[in-house]
Amino acid sequence: MLYFAWVREAIGAGSERIDPPGEVTTVAALIEWLAGRSAGHAEAFADRALLRAAVDQRFVPIEAPLGDAREVAIFPPVTGG
Amino acid sequence: MIRVTERPIDLAALLDALPATGALATFVGRVRADDGVTELMLEHYPGATERALEDVAATATERWALADAMIVHRIGAMAPGEAIVFVAAAAAHRQAALDACAFMIDRLKTQAPLWKRETRGQEHRWVEQRGGDHAAAARWDQLPEGAP
Repeated sequence: MLYFAWVREAIGAGSERIDPPGEVTTVAALIEWLAGRSAGHAEAFADRALLRAAVDQRFVPIEAPLGDAREVAIFPPVTGG
Repeated sequence: MIRVTERPIDLAALLDALPATGALATFVGRVRADDGVTELMLEHYPGATERALEDVAATATERWALADAMIVHRIGAMAPGEAIVFVAAAAAHRQAALDACAFMIDRLKTQAPLWKRETRGQEHRWVEQRGGDHAAAARWDQLPEGAP
């Protein structure tokens, strides 16, 4: 997992290795599962409307399947430029 | 050419590196110096940011038949007035150069994984995405592909 911006700050780490249970098959389900890991995770993932995701460095909708993803990133809407 | 860098953007050097076409359009985004911001920090997603900028530049190059497209984005901490991003489109004629330049900055604002954090004195605040950014990026979808 990779986290950026205020998601990273709330969780207190920019990355972590996880092994979610088999029933976690979408990004949305992964976020729900991650939210139970700590108070920081719960805070970061409290408002799903503010979260964006990438699977193996490609932007995907939150409802997207995980497949056999190796790298999932969760972050706020982008604000570069 | 795209580049993500922690160093200050040298505008003169970048202009010198562009081909001598009849038209060159550039855009420079800078840290606001007018609303109390003392520092701006840019965080990015290494690898994915470069890929997004490459994609934006390649799309513009193909759509407007550019001689060259350049996007240089700074990351890390910067001061008011400093350049955050430099975008350039070199083409035979002005309309292609101007449109391609506007397209690239509009697209990168919604497609490149970069995040701004403003500091005002002791207070940090993550910048929120503006609704207008998506409208600006979407206006380029309304034109038929290949028709500038």
